[in-house]
Amino acid sequence: MFRETEILQTASQVSSTGGDLEGAGDLVINVGPQHPATHGVLHLVITLNGETIKKVEPHLGYIHRSIEKMCESLTYRQFIYVTSRMDYLSAHMNNHACALCVEKGMQIEVPERAKVVRVIMDELTRIASHELWWGAMAMDVGAFTPFFHAFRERETINEIMEETCGARLTMNYYVPGGLMAELHPDFQKKVKSFITLFKSKIDEYDELVTGNIIFQNRMKGVGYLSAEDAVSFGCSGPTARGSGVSSDIRKLYPYAAYDQVQFDEVLENGCDSFARYMIRIREMKQSVRIIEQLIDNIPEGDFQAKTKAVLKLPKGEFYTRVETARGELGVYIVSEGGTTPYRIKFRSPGFSNLSALDQMARGSKLGDLVAMMGTLDLVIPDIDR
Amino acid sequence: MWSLSYIANALHDWLYQTFSPTLALIIEMVIAGIAVIGLFAVLGLVLVIMERRVAAWMQIRLGPNRVGPFGLLQSLADTLKLLVKEGMTPSGSDKFLFNLAPYIAMMVAMLLMAPIAFAKDFQLWDLNIGVLYVSAVSSIMVISILMAGWASNNKYSLMGAMRSGAQIVSYELSAGLSVLVVVVLTGSLKISDIIQSQADGWWIFKGHVPVLVAFVIFIIAVTAETNRAPFDLAEAESELTAGFHTEYSGMKFALFFLAEYINVFIVCSIGAILFLGGWMPFHIGHWEGFNRVMDYIPSSIWFFGKTFFLIFVIMWFRWTFPRLRIDQLLNLEWKYLLPISMINILLATAIAIAGWHF
Amino acid sequence: MPGLPSLRERGSRGEANMFIVNYIKDIYKGIRSLLVGMRRTGYYFTHHKEIITQEYPDNRDTLKMADRFKGEVVMPHDENNEHRCTGCTACELACPNGTIKVVTKFDITPEGKKKKAIDKLVYHLELCTMCNLCIIACPSDAIVMAQTFEHSVFDRAQLTKILNNPGSKIMEGVE
Ligand code: SF4
Ligand code: SF4
Repeated sequence: MFRETEILQTASQVSSTGGDLEGAGDLVINVGPQHPATHGVLHLVITLNGETIKKVEPHLGYIHRSIEKMCESLTYRQFIYVTSRMDYLSAHMNNHACALCVEKGMQIEVPERAKVVRVIMDELTRIASHELWWGAMAMDVGAFTPFFHAFRERETINEIMEETCGARLTMNYYVPGGLMAELHPDFQKKVKSFITLFKSKIDEYDELVTGNIIFQNRMKGVGYLSAEDAVSFGCSGPTARGSGVSSDIRKLYPYAAYDQVQFDEVLENGCDSFARYMIRIREMKQSVRIIEQLIDNIPEGDFQAKTKAVLKLPKGEFYTRVETARGELGVYIVSEGGTTPYRIKFRSPGFSNLSALDQMARGSKLGDLVAMMGTLDLVIPDIDR
Repeated sequence: MWSLSYIANALHDWLYQTFSPTLALIIEMVIAGIAVIGLFAVLGLVLVIMERRVAAWMQIRLGPNRVGPFGLLQSLADTLKLLVKEGMTPSGSDKFLFNLAPYIAMMVAMLLMAPIAFAKDFQLWDLNIGVLYVSAVSSIMVISILMAGWASNNKYSLMGAMRSGAQIVSYELSAGLSVLVVVVLTGSLKISDIIQSQADGWWIFKGHVPVLVAFVIFIIAVTAETNRAPFDLAEAESELTAGFHTEYSGMKFALFFLAEYINVFIVCSIGAILFLGGWMPFHIGHWEGFNRVMDYIPSSIWFFGKTFFLIFVIMWFRWTFPRLRIDQLLNLEWKYLLPISMINILLATAIAIAGWHF
Repeated sequence: MPGLPSLRERGSRGEANMFIVNYIKDIYKGIRSLLVGMRRTGYYFTHHKEIITQEYPDNRDTLKMADRFKGEVVMPHDENNEHRCTGCTACELACPNGTIKVVTKFDITPEGKKKKAIDKLVYHLELCTMCNLCIIACPSDAIVMAQTFEHSVFDRAQLTKILNNPGSKIMEGVE
């Protein structure tokens, strides 16, 4: 296990050195892998001086399922479903990235209808993911009630997903060339009623959490991540945009139907936890805006392009990226021309975002660390595929 | 009229007629002890179920509704579960202190019951420094928390205990100062005197702004003192898993749990006594009819009604607010509450001397 | 609570009055924001019709799953105990997890010719991820997703199912 400096963990070690070593007064605690704050099996080794954090070392590997390796043994139709299990809160987006990559390699032209539906689904997923994040964020800073309120709206999205895709979390609705099935007849109606519900409830979020003086004080000015640091750590998504770094793949490299819709890339210049919090709240509103533009204009036509029964990517390397709820997800496929990928690599947003945690946390209080992890919106299976 | 004080007096007379004074006194003490323990058990059960219901309704859930009618027996079932669970003592811990801590927490809660007037003339011990006694004894609580945190030999527990130490010691100041406001206006530390002084109106109504401010500060400070959210840093679930009682299980955990609720009850009843007139019914000036009706409601109902209202407010805080950070917690006390309550007590003294209160 | 300006800052501004005004403003704003939150939770506390809890095991009778809900792979049979499976093993090949195993046999048709048919279609529910790939791969729509979801059993072996009914045979006209 790599450490920058050896940290003495027990009193006997300290006394054996005469007690005047650097770091002798430090308190090392293990947060996780089973801990309420880590939302999963992340393991943080934290060096504390009193309540002040000196160092945070994330240890990964507790939920490594070797998804990349698994994908290499599956065909191009089969491997997409596994990726729902990476960032399970953005399952649609993960599938989207993989489908795009296969489509790029095979040069499949996706029907317009499928593109538009994919955008709507992605944005619904983004809202659902941010809803859950909002509840968990409030829970991290000690307020329990928002969690349940967030789940009320999220449940509506889950129901929409269940009707059309047949599952609530790991939908596997995208296939290379389009969608797996036609939309449910009630889809448009349900989505519209969700938008009405969401708009009536979003102000409650501000009442309960955003405007709350305690919450603001917990968030403002903590977890500072400068724009330079955000870039050099490879942060993406709301984490980077909270530091004012423009990184929205939907804007910069539009895919699917994102070039047909009007929306703003949400940017905040606070660089702190509160900026990252506000990004996500505002992103939800932008997502609603995108859905509103598209929901009445889903073009008629096929939902799936005609594809060969057996997909074979030509020899070469292919890379596509999408914007998930957490940031940039890249899919890199090396093909040898066979039916399965030779090598597949996912560039997951959570991994890079987590790497910035140490930089952000140094010098702040233990309670802030939990809040910072909340604003990074960590999904452990995404970090640790 | 049948009231608690009537029963108590009848019992008292009968005991003193039947037995020798010493024996009678001993019997009375035993009865009082049993009554307090019984009250404890009932309060614990009621408050837990109340908290869970309040939380559920605020969180658009149903809450416990399976065990017994409306889920009323849920906390009884939980207690039973905790009773039969193994109470583990971690091997690296200081066994004596570890096992002692929950009992101290419980003992403090019991001692605090003594001067509380549950109804008209119904009080275990009306000592002449009642208010002082309460604030003095309640600070022993912090010892049990520190003991638990230290003896557990767990870093989370220790941090929770240290936080709690800093917190309770600081917030006692402003709690004490806001209590003093009422003491200054009443001119007595005796609980029964304080209640009597509110016969013509509760302090919160007739004490002008200072008492109002003192009331708000008191509620904030006691919320912090009882380690309730948003000041629950000692157990801060998302940071310290369970803080000072991380290592406790079974009945020892239950004692801490119970002590927390009993403490909430006690501080709320103190709040009700000082600011809301204890068992005094609600009277409006010269509306004789209205006042008469109010008088018909038994005094114990008035007392428990007010206390439970305050408890509800504290629960309301818990299920609405996020938690403060440790430095913000101390900032709030030393930069806001303490200066304000100091100015406040000056104002109250001026009012008391000038006799401006009603 | 908002941090107070440090002594140095205050000195440079030199405005004690501003400080007091800001101090009181902070307190007012803070308390207001807290009360707004309490009003919201208070609203839900008193409005029980907003409660969204579904009492699950009690509402089994009225609980309706979405038609497309992917609960379990089943093979529908008609009233003559006939199914549509030809034993082509497309589903077995499509499944990423090796969940389905098609065991074939050879029937003798009335004309005396040998014809491939399924003996057993073994389905391991414990391996299935409900990805729907087998369903879309099946050329004769012989298998569908059922909406059941209460799959827990005490013995793992019970999760291995044989989808075709005993004694069933293929429908007329399905190739
Ligand atoms: S649903 Fe997916 S995992 Fe299950 S049997 Fe069909 S193809 Fe296999
Ligand atoms: S279920 Fe369908 S795909 Fe599978 S063997 Fe039978 S006919 Fe072929």
